[in-house]
Amino acid sequence: MSDTSVAFVRTESIPPSAPPTAESGVIKWVRENLFSSVTNSILTVLSLLAIYYFVFQLVGPWVANGIWDTDSRRECLERLQGETGGCFSVLTQRWHQLIFGRYPLDAYWRPTTAFILMIVAFAPVLFASLPRQLLIVTGLFPFIAYWLIWGGTILSPLSVLVGIILGYVVYSRLVDRSFATGFVGGILVAVAFWMIAGLVLGENPPAILALPEVESRDIGGFMLNMVIGVVCLSLSLPFGIALALGRQSSMPIIKFFSVIFIEFIRGVPLITLLFVASVVLAYFLPPQANFDIIVRVMIMVTLFASAYIAEVIRGGLAALPRGQYEAADSLGLDYAQSMRLIILPQALKISIPGIVNVAVGLFKDTTLVSVISMFDLVGMIRGPIVSTTDWQGIYWELYGFAALLFFVCCYGISQYSQWLERQLQTDHR
Amino acid sequence: MAMTDDAIAHMDAKVSDEVAISIENMNKWYGTFHVLRDIDLTVYRGERIVICGPSGSGKSTLIRCINALEEHQKGAITVDGTLLSSDIKNIDTIRSEVGMVFQHFNLFPHLTILENCTLAPIWVRKIPKKEAEETAMHFLTKVKIPEQANKYPGQLSGGQQQRVAIARSLCMRPRIMLFDEPTSALDPEMIKEVLDTMIELAEEGMTMLCVTHEMGFARQVANRVIFMDDGQIVEQNEPEEFFMNPKSDRTKLFLSQILGH
Repeated sequence: MSDTSVAFVRTESIPPSAPPTAESGVIKWVRENLFSSVTNSILTVLSLLAIYYFVFQLVGPWVANGIWDTDSRRECLERLQGETGGCFSVLTQRWHQLIFGRYPLDAYWRPTTAFILMIVAFAPVLFASLPRQLLIVTGLFPFIAYWLIWGGTILSPLSVLVGIILGYVVYSRLVDRSFATGFVGGILVAVAFWMIAGLVLGENPPAILALPEVESRDIGGFMLNMVIGVVCLSLSLPFGIALALGRQSSMPIIKFFSVIFIEFIRGVPLITLLFVASVVLAYFLPPQANFDIIVRVMIMVTLFASAYIAEVIRGGLAALPRGQYEAADSLGLDYAQSMRLIILPQALKISIPGIVNVAVGLFKDTTLVSVISMFDLVGMIRGPIVSTTDWQGIYWELYGFAALLFFVCCYGISQYSQWLERQLQTDHR
Repeated sequence: MAMTDDAIAHMDAKVSDEVAISIENMNKWYGTFHVLRDIDLTVYRGERIVICGPSGSGKSTLIRCINALEEHQKGAITVDGTLLSSDIKNIDTIRSEVGMVFQHFNLFPHLTILENCTLAPIWVRKIPKKEAEETAMHFLTKVKIPEQANKYPGQLSGGQQQRVAIARSLCMRPRIMLFDEPTSALDPEMIKEVLDTMIELAEEGMTMLCVTHEMGFARQVANRVIFMDDGQIVEQNEPEEFFMNPKSDRTKLFLSQILGH
């Protein structure tokens, strides 16, 4: 080839070969990530020392020397003789209070059954590969769970369920005429049925399949966190979707109210809403109305979470290209169909990280109810446990346990959401 | 893309006197900006119309008004004998009769190719799933990608995606097809496969309105070419006359610019 010519023709192609050994595997990773420069090498060594100190000097002995079988903190201290060690006896002694609050001891099987049922009920919602028939359990779960946890006759939750089914039947009959007719008609029929059922059943409904009633103030511990967290999250998702769509609506009144609601709720701290639920709401209700405190708290937390979820979903809706709306429209899909089949599946998928963020935050925020003197996990620790003479002065063990419980749940939610994101990934970017 | 004279004659035979779309004195504004001015257009069944013009001339807006993706403020649009009003039921009826293909395909990325094609027939036409799938496979075979049916749009090339978009519209058995710059977002080697599909559709007598810059396509398939500028129809004619003997100065300038390079 002469110097002036640029012509070149490849006669045979180069076969692919393996990368050099120093450029692959563990060695490459360690070199690139831990010892890529002098500064980084020093930092790596310091970090390893810090981890060693933390694990083997601080936490390790504290857990290893831990005492699990004493009746009070004083006994623990005597046994330890000044050595490092945790007094975990408080957990073994008071686990029932931490988990169930003041729930009657002989009825622990009821919330436990409800918890197991909850796992069965959530499974088909969380994992699309499970048989769809399981969704029947999901539909019935709220009513069974209410009956199990609060007790009383099964007629009350049953009448609520029948009212909802009647309302749905009426809705599906009328929805062809217009969505508004179906919606209002369904609600009217359901409310009418509940009023009739309320009159028929009266103050003391017949005790069919009745379980001993449990007062709301006796429901506490981690169970209360679970109840509030699960109920409020399940309710706030549909409300949040409705609010997000409302905020995008072309109807000015719906848009106006959605914006006002979202902006108001987001501008107010949750703790104020909880105080409103516990104190102020009583002024607005008729004196004889015995409006359960847990229900009041649930309403407030649901409103709070749905405003946040609405904003997260609005972000997802805004991220969709206009073309998706137009393609759905151009095929003749109506508003409800295009939202349900095209827009929301995609918008919700984009919103998963944000929704999970709100969900995890909300679940942890359920401990705030301890401030309005409800005995959830934290309330139990702060009140009935630490204030006894036996366990006064114990913090690390109790709050560590609470932190661990919440961490397991929240980490589980987070891992599930990441798995779900991978499952739903169809764009192959 | 060469077509025989026979085919063209065959296609011409299918144009009837029946009016498919009639647009009378239609005007549209974006705010105070007058996008479409006094548009009068009658499209007969089986006609293949190509609309061209410089960007911003309102050609996309015009065909988007026909299935009410854009609202017009004045004048009347009648599609298949139905006057387009602001009533949502009326709009949905027209939309289900008029297929639309977009520049950016707008396939639904969370659904498989087959699901993309069966969704509207199942939910809008209330056709049983099995039957809808058979129809979908029929049209996917027609656009020559039946083997991709269970993939997701993101796994297909641009040309393949656009052909799926055409099949998706056809599954609704529309009487009119609108194409909004269907090849503008494609690589040169993919343009041909999409145009071939459109030519085949034209041969079968589909009423087509096509916004495109593919003048070769216009020359071979269209039986009318419309030139728009400044929101107005400046000139319309049979393709041969339009290209060989343009009357207006603006048409001449436009043609010299796009054919000259």
